[in-house]
Amino acid sequence: MNIQTVLNAIEEKYPQAAALTGGENEISVARDRFIDVMHMLHDDPALAFDMLIDIAAMDRIPRVPRFDIVYILLSTKDFSRLLVRLSAGEDEEVPSVSGIWGSGNWAEREVYDLMGIKFSNHPDLRRILTWKNFEGHPLRKDFPLKGKNFDQQFDPSEIQDY
Amino acid sequence: MGIENQLVGDNILVTSINKLVNWSRSNSVWPCTFGLACCALEMIASTLANFDISRFGSEVFRPSPRQSDLLIVAGTVSKKMAPLVRRIYNQIADPKWVIAMGACASCGGVFQSYAVLQGVDQIIPVDVYLPGCPPRPEAVLAGLMKIQEKIRTENLSQRPDFKPGEFKEISYPQATFSNLRK
Repeated sequence: MNIQTVLNAIEEKYPQAAALTGGENEISVARDRFIDVMHMLHDDPALAFDMLIDIAAMDRIPRVPRFDIVYILLSTKDFSRLLVRLSAGEDEEVPSVSGIWGSGNWAEREVYDLMGIKFSNHPDLRRILTWKNFEGHPLRKDFPLKGKNFDQQFDPSEIQDY
Repeated sequence: MGIENQLVGDNILVTSINKLVNWSRSNSVWPCTFGLACCALEMIASTLANFDISRFGSEVFRPSPRQSDLLIVAGTVSKKMAPLVRRIYNQIADPKWVIAMGACASCGGVFQSYAVLQGVDQIIPVDVYLPGCPPRPEAVLAGLMKIQEKIRTENLSQRPDFKPGEFKEISYPQATFSNLRK
């Protein structure tokens, strides 16, 4: 599917909501129309992006807004791919897409765990890779690589999980 | 075996039983089926026909720690995995031995990171450290032979066995479907 087809379809329903941002198949979406556009990409039979491959997030400090979130979509009808880029500030909540694609649930938990971006309306927003009482979000640029207490004896009982 | 609890001092009976028991223990060191990273593949390769760990009586990789004598910590121990490694160690019945296989298990290796345990000896006692990234299967066999040497020199009545107070056991909530889902 041509990227221009997707853009035209979005433009028809939600004017000014999406724009082409470089690349062959990447669009950026405005914050206020984000969840509507995502619903449309999934539900519209002409587009039918029925699979959320992954959610990526970038920390672009010191840019404001700080984060970029990229949703990687696939249509199993004609195997065309689409990247949807969304900017998010440090304290903003991003609407969850786990109600649209089931795989969004764990992908958003991973983004929350490693980047600290909160998702509103997520059914179960817990850490998924690190443990429950882990402090900080390790893939942020301002997180020290060695973390806290690197040189000290490690006590496994301080890990609260499972 | 429980024999050592009944033995006092060094007499002819004790030294003979030492030889017999150490000989049998050293030739039937059953490792735990436990791998964490790429080192596990070298550990597996050491069991295959080219290297054939069964020449040393260790071909029986037990799927349960209750039946094992040897814990080969094969790979990077992440901090999230650390409580489970110690739990497996706790579950192995005495006498037990530990090989820290590879750079990661010995000292953290290249991963100077918030997520990786800097050496498995921070949580369990280690008998043999194997250098390498990962060590070749020959190195695994060499480490096993070091363990065998150690077993053969042990004195049953003086074996520094696991003391419950020394490494405290950690209690875990049972992983059930309900608390996985919250």
